[in-house]
Amino acid sequence: MKNNRFIIFAGLLAIIAFVFYFTTNVDQVEDKETKMKVAFVYLTNPGDHGWTYAHEVGRQQVQEHFGDKVETSYVENVPEGPDATRVIRELAQNGNDMIFTTSFGYMEPTLKVAKEFPNIKFDHITGYMRAENMATGNIRFYEGRYVQGVVAGLTTKSNKIGYVAAFPIPEVIQGINSFAQGLKSVNKNATISVVWANTWYDPVKEGDAAKVLIAEGADVLAQHTDSPAMLQTAEKAGVYGFGQSSDMHEFAPNAQLFASVNNWGPYYIAQIQKAMDDSWTTGEGPDHWAGNTWKGLSEDFLVLTDFKNMPSNVAKAAQEARDGIANGSINIFSGPMMDNEGNQILASGEVLDDGGLWAMNYYVDGVIGKIPN
Amino acid sequence: MIDALVLTILMTSVPLILAATGELVVERSGVLNLGLEGMMLMGAVSAFALTYISGSLLVGLLAGIISGCLTAAIFGFFVLGLATNQVATGLALTIFGTGLSGLIGSDFVGKAIEGLPTLFPETFSNLPIIGVFFALDAVAYLSLFIVFLVWIFLFKSKYGLILRACGISHNSAHSLGYKVLTVRWCSILFGGMMAGLGGAYLPLMLTPHWSEGMTSGRGWIALALVVFASWMPSRIIYGAILFGAITIMQLAGQARGWTIPPQFLSSLPYIATIFVLVLISSKGTAKYLAPSDLTRPFISSK
Repeated sequence: MKNNRFIIFAGLLAIIAFVFYFTTNVDQVEDKETKMKVAFVYLTNPGDHGWTYAHEVGRQQVQEHFGDKVETSYVENVPEGPDATRVIRELAQNGNDMIFTTSFGYMEPTLKVAKEFPNIKFDHITGYMRAENMATGNIRFYEGRYVQGVVAGLTTKSNKIGYVAAFPIPEVIQGINSFAQGLKSVNKNATISVVWANTWYDPVKEGDAAKVLIAEGADVLAQHTDSPAMLQTAEKAGVYGFGQSSDMHEFAPNAQLFASVNNWGPYYIAQIQKAMDDSWTTGEGPDHWAGNTWKGLSEDFLVLTDFKNMPSNVAKAAQEARDGIANGSINIFSGPMMDNEGNQILASGEVLDDGGLWAMNYYVDGVIGKIPN
Repeated sequence: MIDALVLTILMTSVPLILAATGELVVERSGVLNLGLEGMMLMGAVSAFALTYISGSLLVGLLAGIISGCLTAAIFGFFVLGLATNQVATGLALTIFGTGLSGLIGSDFVGKAIEGLPTLFPETFSNLPIIGVFFALDAVAYLSLFIVFLVWIFLFKSKYGLILRACGISHNSAHSLGYKVLTVRWCSILFGGMMAGLGGAYLPLMLTPHWSEGMTSGRGWIALALVVFASWMPSRIIYGAILFGAITIMQLAGQARGWTIPPQFLSSLPYIATIFVLVLISSKGTAKYLAPSDLTRPFISSK
């Protein structure tokens, strides 16, 4: 029996080692003399075909751009919280020169480790806390939502838009409100029903939410979750939808009107180049959510895929909205603007500043229901 | 509109029914396999991969069943062959299945397939009211039939009696000359096949694509369902539909602008399980309780 126990123990250890090797795969490379070492921390795995996938594309662009000058590595499936601190610290100890942490929840772990390693550059994505050696970068995702709203408003027949959202945080609410502003600019009768999935990633639940919204009469769907399940459901039911984070037309060739694609590559390349030139800074200004780099359509941080499955006049309106936002002639949140309970948010002529964007805790007119607290 | 909601509820509950029925048989024989999530994921990834390669849904379904069975065999090797701790081995199996399915599936991310067709022609599913019950696919009907067969087997057949005896007291079953390990091997493999089929239903029917970890905890819900059903097959159907209904109704409630917090509704299935647990343990009848040799390894004296 004792022999057996040893075998069991060894077997279990082998399984655990095997699994850990494949679930948290840290590439380690020795020579740090010539190469700059850059590490990325991912929330899920590039296989989500959404948020993390977009970061992975960015990392590959970095590798392609710099070639031998930069050595990149990544750790996937890192839970937000104490585990993140451990992983980031490990990456710092392994001789990385620069570490990108690519989810909001890594903010405090990144800050903690940044203070321990003053010589390493940290770049946190979508947060608002900064330090001497910790910068923040973000994309104006909501700009793409406005264009989605315009297309949805011109496409819908039932005037009911379904919106599958993850969590009621300012970034998601910005997206819903921006969508509503675009929708109302072309169609005053359409309304948005929001379903909170309470998860970033659960394909079945996202699909269920889409089915429910279609059953309730929605004929154009938008999502702020990570998987392509919503679009697949739309495809099957013969309604329309928008891709999120990455192009999803393979999943829904007839349903995807267009996708807003997060284009992290240029940001990563610029930041790494600055680090090489010793011009990398963590920015000036207040510690608000905007971060020191917050760009959108104008700088191609956010890219829209081709407008498909819509008549040419709709595609034209979409292109105009896109260009208007990019060149600044359209200001998405400008007065007069009311919330959906009839309170005035902006008077005529007023516009919302970045601080106001991050303080959104209301739905604008056109969205049904209340934000869960 | 209601029809579509009912249909969604029924479809959401199919993988739960399949996986939970398999686990019920395993637990009835005295083994607790916490690796449901891992087996489901292995079934899901194999089913998707083989369907994508072969273009045949039937091949995919079989692949799902077989790979669930093989994954369960690893579990069987440890807990029966080496008499390891079932809880630890089951948890390891979940981690193993999650990792390995991700590795196998990495080439299939971003690919799409055609899902399962409905079994009956559209004229039936367009019937008012009852139409929704004709709008399902073959696997959904099969799942109900399997629950029925399992009930017949467990409670109306001699072999079912032997299986339950192994779960209640393996020493007694052993001294009566029954091969406890063989019985448990069979039930573990059956449990694996059912979990594999349940997992296969996700990428073949619910969301026809593969993405890592796509079961998102459905294996754990199926485990809770077995307890909820107090180890009685028919109750799994009610339980699964109840779980599905709560999930879907909380989404529908939001779409209609109800003001119940969705976080509360999301936790309802688990609250329901705890409620049922309290209820059955307060009744105290042996009939409603877990097999008494559950999780106890059987080592035959030589």
